[in-house]
Amino acid sequence: MAEKTVPVPSGPERSGGSGREITRAQERHLRPAVDIYETSDGLVLMADLPGVAKEGLRVDVDGDLLTITGKANHVAPGDPIYREYELANFYRQFELNEEIDREKISAELKHGVLKLNLPKAEKAKPKQIEVKVA
Amino acid sequence: MATWDPWREIDELRREIDRAFEDFGFQMEPRFRAAFLPGRLARGYPLVNVHEDRDHLYVEAMAPGVDPNSLKLTVVHNSLTISGEKKGPPAEIKAESFHREERAAGKFVRSITLPVEIDDQKVKAEFINGLLLITLPKAEKAKPKQISVQVS
Repeated sequence: MAEKTVPVPSGPERSGGSGREITRAQERHLRPAVDIYETSDGLVLMADLPGVAKEGLRVDVDGDLLTITGKANHVAPGDPIYREYELANFYRQFELNEEIDREKISAELKHGVLKLNLPKAEKAKPKQIEVKVA
Repeated sequence: MATWDPWREIDELRREIDRAFEDFGFQMEPRFRAAFLPGRLARGYPLVNVHEDRDHLYVEAMAPGVDPNSLKLTVVHNSLTISGEKKGPPAEIKAESFHREERAAGKFVRSITLPVEIDDQKVKAEFINGLLLITLPKAEKAKPKQISVQVS
C-alpha cells in the first residue's frame, strides 16, 4: 500500500478566479503511527488516534485514495500546568491498489486505535491449484 | 486571464515552502513520535499532561491501544506511578507480512512527581478514546485557603 505524501488537494486553486478559500494548506496536523500487515484475506491497518472519538473520525475512500481524518480532543478539565504533548487533528492518506475490495472495507475504533480491514477482492485471493496425478 | 494579486502570490509561495518541507518530518515533533514507542522508550511512556483546578489535579496520559485491564496506578504521597502494557499485532503475523510497522508495543512503567500532596483514597481513573484521565483530589492541607481581608 503506497503512501500519499500530498496532503492537500491542489487542483482547483490553479484555475484562477477567487479560489482562495481552498488554497490554504490544511491546518496543523499530525500523522498517526500505523501498522499495516497482510493476511490471507487482505490488509489490516491499525492507526493510533489518541483522543479521537467516533464522531470525530472520518475514513474516506475516493477511488484509490484512502484518507483518515481524526479530530482529537483533550479530556482533562482545569488549567494546564505541565505539558508534554499536544493533540492536533490527525491526517494521513494512503493509496489503495486495485486488489482491495472497496465495498467491503470495515472500520473499528477501540481505545484510541482505528482498525481498518481491507479485504482483497475474490479474484486477488491466493488459490491453491490441485495437481492431479494421471 | 487571472489578475495579479499579491496575497495570492504570497500564499502560493508559502504553500510551496510547506510542500518542500513536507517529507522532513517537521509535522510530527520528535517527542510525539517517541510517545508511541513504549518498548523502546520505557521511561518516557506514556506522555502526560497535568491540569489543575482548585481541588483537583488531573493527569492525562496518552496511551492509545493500551489494554485498560493491564493498567495499574499507585499513588504514594505526591508520586504517581502508571504501569501497563500495550499489546502489539497478533503474534501469528510474520515479519514479512508487514507493510508498515510504526506502532511499537510493550510494557511500561512511569512515575511522576506531582506538585502537591494527594488524597490517595479518592483517586479516580477513566480511559477515554486512548487517553487515560486520572483525577487526583488534593489533600486537605494542600488546598489553597482563601484569607478574607478585614477592613478596619
